[in-house]
Amino acid sequence: MGRLEVRMLAALVLGAGLAALQAPVVTEAQDGPIRLGMLAPLTGPFAQVGKDMVNGAELYLDEIGRVATGRTLELIVEDSEGNPSTALNKARKLVEQDKVHVLTGGLLANVGYALQPYIDGQKIPATYPVIAADDITQRKPAKWIVRTGWTTSQPMHPFAEWVIKHTKYRKVATIGMDYAFGYETVGGFQHVFEEQGGRIVQKIWTPLNTNDFAPFLAQIKRDADAVLALFVGRLAVQFMKQYEESGLKGRLPLLGGGTTTDESALPAMGDEAIGTLTALHYSEGLDTPQNRKFAKAFEARAGKIPSYYSEACYTGARWIVEAIKALQGRVEDRDTFLAALRRVSIKDAARGPMTIDAWGNPIQNIYIRRVDKVGGRLQNVVIATVPAVSQFGKYPPEEYLKLPLYTRDYPPCKHC
Amino acid sequence: MTLDRKVFAGVTALALAGGVAPFLPAYPLTLLTQAVIVAVFAMSLDVLLGYTGLPSLGHAAYFGIAAYAVGILSTEHQVGLAGCLGAGLLLATATAALFGLLAIRATGTYFLMITLALGMVVWGLAFRWVSMTKGDNGIAGVPRPELGLPWSLSAPLPFFYFALVVAALAWAAMGVLVRSPFGLGLRGIRESESRMRALGYSVWLHKYLAFVISGFFAGVAGVLWAYYNGFVGPVDVQLVTSVETLLMVALGGPGTLAGPALGATLIVFLKNFVSVYTKRWLLILGAVYIGVILWAPRGVLGAFRRDAR
Repeated sequence: MGRLEVRMLAALVLGAGLAALQAPVVTEAQDGPIRLGMLAPLTGPFAQVGKDMVNGAELYLDEIGRVATGRTLELIVEDSEGNPSTALNKARKLVEQDKVHVLTGGLLANVGYALQPYIDGQKIPATYPVIAADDITQRKPAKWIVRTGWTTSQPMHPFAEWVIKHTKYRKVATIGMDYAFGYETVGGFQHVFEEQGGRIVQKIWTPLNTNDFAPFLAQIKRDADAVLALFVGRLAVQFMKQYEESGLKGRLPLLGGGTTTDESALPAMGDEAIGTLTALHYSEGLDTPQNRKFAKAFEARAGKIPSYYSEACYTGARWIVEAIKALQGRVEDRDTFLAALRRVSIKDAARGPMTIDAWGNPIQNIYIRRVDKVGGRLQNVVIATVPAVSQFGKYPPEEYLKLPLYTRDYPPCKHC
Repeated sequence: MTLDRKVFAGVTALALAGGVAPFLPAYPLTLLTQAVIVAVFAMSLDVLLGYTGLPSLGHAAYFGIAAYAVGILSTEHQVGLAGCLGAGLLLATATAALFGLLAIRATGTYFLMITLALGMVVWGLAFRWVSMTKGDNGIAGVPRPELGLPWSLSAPLPFFYFALVVAALAWAAMGVLVRSPFGLGLRGIRESESRMRALGYSVWLHKYLAFVISGFFAGVAGVLWAYYNGFVGPVDVQLVTSVETLLMVALGGPGTLAGPALGATLIVFLKNFVSVYTKRWLLILGAVYIGVILWAPRGVLGAFRRDAR
């Protein structure tokens, strides 16, 4: 053992000696490129949506020539796999290795919640163009995150009011995906709908890996006036198909959260989707010059119509650039960069005018949309616009924040 | 290799990791930390897979339960390191002790299926017991522990050394275990259960204890992981995590402890570095697996060993 011990000791001494030294500090040029770090799921079940996100951001940056106030803009995209642990890892890479000036992207609520403590801990300015989990700008507001997207329940408050005002549906059954995004969508709708005299008569939650909706569709109460459905992507396509096959479509009109008929799923649907009423802060069919221009450019680039995810990251990139412009490109001071991100307002975004509230969530138009065939293809036709909707709906923010977060059991189903 | 040289190689590897750490930029350092933690997890599985011959598909359960214990206790109840460590290890071990009673009855494919099902039960709990686990959203913001040392563990380098020391202790403990008469008994069972039974060994008890011990060390990794990542969610207990760990063991070389550690390090760095250069990194990872299966069926370390003979 004698010689071995000596060698071990030598290795340890070497290690300790090296440990005493410190890595050199890298200093940063003030006129170098501004680096934007973006997280999107590029592999796994959400890869298609991830592509829409990246295409949206790239499209905007290309339109402005990847330059703002004389500084080059560099977009570094990392694959989050739609997995919070991976997303955290990639965020570390973007912030600590690539030294990005701002972090953006993310799709799922769990990714949003997982990144929040890291972002606040690192004090890195960040924007969430897509992640909609309510509490990120409500009961647990993140200091360093500005949401340029929406909160899940934001479109559902005015939607419920619209349903009461413009339809005869008073008894609604809900069916939605069994996770936070589903709870907050259905909860937001139920909250306002019941306050205004409607009744939620049934709430069905389907597991995220459901392959066959038949057993769930069989449970739906046939004496309801309408059904509110919340699905995403592939599940939305399948639900729509099975809703018709089960013979429910003719009997119970379909309402939905915006993603149920989002353009990421809509082209895969058939005529069975026609007539579905949904609400969101965007529609590809929105007839404004800005959106026409965006939708055309996106289709030319990506070979498909833009989804709300595409617009979210297109406008999200623009949001960051507007903040950079307001600072004349001096983004090195993180506090002022964050403050600038919180001051942006855009009057002519593809989705319409946007300002931001004190909690870091946009106040923006909500569009009530009905699926129809326009020019031979399905479209979310905007049939009503509710202007300047806040994440708190018509409630005073302080009062609203005292209520619990919408969950699987809140608001409780009193009429089930 | 003789025992001495193995110990020397192990200590050199640890010293090397400890020595280069201060020179690494922040991101590679966090990856190295991650590799060290995942290595403990892979080694714990190898006690079961490589030494006892029991391929478990639900190993993430013990890892995840310990991680959840730390996550819940440190965020909701502000429990310190000692409490979290104790609770995490106790829960992981207790779960393994319970699951072992159910799983050890079976062998081969049936063992795989039972462990798979038990792992899914824990995943289901993590996902659906929202009041306790926060469901799909997971538990974010797990604070790093304070040891009362002059260095705060919230900085990457001190935490790396903390993880390295814990991993070294776990490695040493597992090393002693697999070389003990008990460990040799396990290897005997792997080779031939009936002969060991004929020799008067209590095969069931050996397997059961190996299962529980393996769960305990998975718990050690789980505790570290929760502190390292600052986030615990259903992804930590899902099947993919169990399978990935199996692959790490297979890649590095089952039946050695250094092998799984090597496999874990390789996969952590492959996943995170290759994905920087190409979106098709899964393809490369797949090619590596296939390459190992074709040319080094006993893992990277196993291949070296055969050449040495």
